[in-house]
Amino acid sequence: MDHSRQLFQYILSGLSNGAIYALIGFGFAVIYNSTGIINFAQGEFVMLGGMLTVFLLVVVQMPLVPSILLAVVAATLIGVLFERLAIRPLKDASPLRMIIITIGASIFLRGAAMLLWGKDTHALPAFSGEDPLYIAGATILPQHLWILGLSVLIIIASRIFFNYSVVGKAMRACSYNPRAAGLVGINVKNMILLSFALSAAIGSMAGIIIAPLTMVSYDVGMMLGLKGFCAVIIGGMSSGMGTVLGGLLLGLLEALGAGFISASYKDAIAFIILLLILFVRPEGLFKKKETERF
Amino acid sequence: MITEKRRQLLIFLIFALAALSAPFFLKGNYLLNVLIFVGINTMLAVGLNLLLGYAGQISLGHAAFFGMGAYLSGIITARYPVEPFLVIACAAACVGVIAFVIGFPILKLKGHYLAMATLGFGIIMYIIFNETVEWTGGPSGLSGIPNLRIGSWVFDNDWNNYYLVWSFTLAVMLLSINLSQSRIGRALRAIHDSEVAARVMGVRARILKVQIFTVSAVISAVAGSLYAHIMTFIAPSSFGFHFSVELLTMIVIGGLGSIYGSFLGAAILTMLPEFLRVFQDLDIIVYGLMLILMTMFMPGGLISGLESVMKILSARIGKRRDDHAQT
Repeated sequence: MDHSRQLFQYILSGLSNGAIYALIGFGFAVIYNSTGIINFAQGEFVMLGGMLTVFLLVVVQMPLVPSILLAVVAATLIGVLFERLAIRPLKDASPLRMIIITIGASIFLRGAAMLLWGKDTHALPAFSGEDPLYIAGATILPQHLWILGLSVLIIIASRIFFNYSVVGKAMRACSYNPRAAGLVGINVKNMILLSFALSAAIGSMAGIIIAPLTMVSYDVGMMLGLKGFCAVIIGGMSSGMGTVLGGLLLGLLEALGAGFISASYKDAIAFIILLLILFVRPEGLFKKKETERF
Repeated sequence: MITEKRRQLLIFLIFALAALSAPFFLKGNYLLNVLIFVGINTMLAVGLNLLLGYAGQISLGHAAFFGMGAYLSGIITARYPVEPFLVIACAAACVGVIAFVIGFPILKLKGHYLAMATLGFGIIMYIIFNETVEWTGGPSGLSGIPNLRIGSWVFDNDWNNYYLVWSFTLAVMLLSINLSQSRIGRALRAIHDSEVAARVMGVRARILKVQIFTVSAVISAVAGSLYAHIMTFIAPSSFGFHFSVELLTMIVIGGLGSIYGSFLGAAILTMLPEFLRVFQDLDIIVYGLMLILMTMFMPGGLISGLESVMKILSARIGKRRDDHAQT
């Protein structure tokens, strides 16, 4: 009885972490599918989301909801600036140069955050109280429910955006074939800019909703970014259900591994999975014949 | 007429002479101490440059090999009274075997995937350095590593250590210069430009990439062992992702594919924080900016910038000489 309750607990926390990984993975997929770039600075937008919200809430003393909205807008603007200043000028650069540039951007953002806000770890207040709920003998924090609910909402919203809106369809067209998309009158450059904006927005939202649970400091970006990357690799670089499943799977394995094997190697589990997938099935676990993008 | 090979050898000899005579012109041990670390970082940067600059294969996990060398040497010599130089050789061999084995699956990956995989490997090793507390001492570090010795001659002062490190560094540089001028060096550059084309021309790209990865890892491991014996104390924070990025910054600043560029980059990044106190708080922000700006505006690094300045200057001088000849 006690064992199964514990298992249930691990599954719950695994799923809510997994939802965050899936969101971060989405951010990778959106940019990868429109440019072929893997943005090493993705995790920093997650950090920026959390840190900006804390800054607005604590220092500027704004209420929670406006702080969150403003933080997402600010992170999105930083994503746009990053594309305009560092990515667009080098549009046909080799992957090696792109990797170096996005790593440069990543540690630049981290350094800037450290300089502005210091090295302290901050906690965001939970969105609706700290009192745990009891479900089937397991305790669950309201924030877990927020995480699961908001992640599902964001994922559904991006599905609708990519499948039904004109702009979303245009972005998909660019990912399939940028030249052909250009020929039918889609402004490919703007779509790339938009993909950076979207990915920064999704990343920062992920950072905000997990901040009450895991705390946030200037250096959380890399770990979260890499786990998001792991999720999207499991999902085969799609921003569809593959990545959602990948994120949830990763979250579950991590929680179970931490619970039953060793908590201190929790982070290593994600990277061992990452290496295994890259070695054995770099095209992802759920790949169909034709990769579904977006 | 001087051939290219002779020219390279001459430049190397001048460089080596300068490096070996430098201590005689320095006042005080502080600068000598800094130059020891320039030597270690040069070795690491040259090693990574063989992989990144020549073969075009990125690694964001080289700090892990550096750390493995340091910990293997450190742990064994701190516990057992064995010949430290023998341990360095064993540690290097051990790291070489590991690099060779993981090299096959890792180097099958390209570009962004390779970067992520090596980064993942680096972080796994970093976690292991932190968590195997009974061996490595965990986050608080491993102390009591003895200095190197040959018989009764102990390398326990800056003067000795300088020559110890720089003889290894110069050997690594000479090896790399030779390698880059050999058939293997040309094959590596061919892989850099186009792996498919290289394979069509008969270059065994797969195995060659793994071999150069191994060589590069072994160089890092030796640098790590020397670091451990000189510092006599090591902690995981020296071997994390941050240091891998620092190494990357060194060779991007100096110039991808340039041995002396690696030295230049290592020297700049090692000395800057020593002489600019402000820099210590700003270091990662500056590394980030340097990576972005150099890649955007000077992809060949400082060395190629210097070369083009030299070319312009020599063209000017040549022209002036012509003008003189005409008048």
